[in-house]
Amino acid sequence: MSAAIELRQVSKVYGSGPTEVHALREVDLSVQGGELVAVMGPSGSGKSTLLTIAGTLEEPTSGDVFIAGHELAGLSRNDRARVRRRSIGYVFQDYNLLAGLTAVENVALPLELDGVRIKAARAAAMEVLAMLGLAERATRYPDELSGGESQRVAIARAVVGERRLLLADEPTGALDSLSGETVMRMLRLASQNGVAGVVVTHDAQMASWADRVVFLRDGRVVDQTAPSAGPESLLAPGTTK
Amino acid sequence: MSIRHALLALLSEGPKYGLQLRQEFESRTGEVWPLNVGQVYTTLQRLERDGLVESEGSGGGGPQNVFTITPTGSDELNEWLRTPPDVVPPPRDELVIKLLVAMRVPGVDLPELLQVHRRHLVQAMQEYTHLKGEIAEGEVELSLVVDSELFRLEAIVRWLDTADARLKRLPARTASQDPTSAPRVGRKIAWVRR
Repeated sequence: MSAAIELRQVSKVYGSGPTEVHALREVDLSVQGGELVAVMGPSGSGKSTLLTIAGTLEEPTSGDVFIAGHELAGLSRNDRARVRRRSIGYVFQDYNLLAGLTAVENVALPLELDGVRIKAARAAAMEVLAMLGLAERATRYPDELSGGESQRVAIARAVVGERRLLLADEPTGALDSLSGETVMRMLRLASQNGVAGVVVTHDAQMASWADRVVFLRDGRVVDQTAPSAGPESLLAPGTTK
Repeated sequence: MSIRHALLALLSEGPKYGLQLRQEFESRTGEVWPLNVGQVYTTLQRLERDGLVESEGSGGGGPQNVFTITPTGSDELNEWLRTPPDVVPPPRDELVIKLLVAMRVPGVDLPELLQVHRRHLVQAMQEYTHLKGEIAEGEVELSLVVDSELFRLEAIVRWLDTADARLKRLPARTASQDPTSAPRVGRKIAWVRR
């Protein structure tokens, strides 16, 4: 099976000559459906650029981006917009919910924009909200929801329908620890249901919810964690962490 | 971890058998600090000797005895709960020492060294978080223990990140350029901790 997202030797340069900035340098990254990957790095390390390129919002200066096996460079502008609309969900630090719509309307919106009938879109939206524990908040407006609830609605909106790639930029940045933890649990739940997730964060506690943590520095992937050994290793006698 | 005070806390709920105390101690602390049988019974004997608990039964402070906390024991427990723990760090933090030493060793790639430690810590955090993901809603004690470990490890990661950023701002310098600074650091820290 092809990866949900694959970056091959992706570089991004802004500006030219003496003012040019190498935001990304020959980055390779592949994320499978069902996998949650966190990208950590200091400010200016290229985290956000990586996410905008993975989300097809920007094109790389060199290198290739594949979404579900399709090379983006070969697609027309319209086809690329369709891939973005149908395959990719975004979660931002400040939720970006539409204030005039209820939670369920916000979640259903991307499906409706894509031509799904209102009734079917709302039903799909309700299903995702229920999975994320928000069935009872479905008819509330954003200003009636807490920050953590708003972000869970945003996650529901990002995974509703057939979307198989979820990109999140500091999704817990505006939340307290426990609300942030709930949001990470929900991202993990979404990935366990088959979505490939990429979460950019500088917060090690939030990153540690991921299956794999990739470290960026000066635009390069410098390191990543090995797959988790599982909690048993913490409790085994004689092991020190 | 004070076994003595943990046992007093369990007895503050009412009289209990020695064996029961051992089982409850293990389940309350998330089984993170397993005890051996001997530790529980010797501690109970000392508590009785000091007048903090009383026992009834066949004697010997064993598993069949019923233990009850005394008023002096309750006072001791309340006093302990409110005593701040020692916040002074160990005199030599191993990771800090390693970085200070590495800064003087020619040819060491400091960002790479910091990353080795960062990866190790984040991996440990992933394992704790994985455990947290499997904890049932009601097991709040285990969640609290895991949170505490996660915050401790996160603090070290944040120190590494700050060290990384601080070193990046420095003009390039060679090892042993400033051989007098290490003792100065030691003296100043000792002054802060006084």
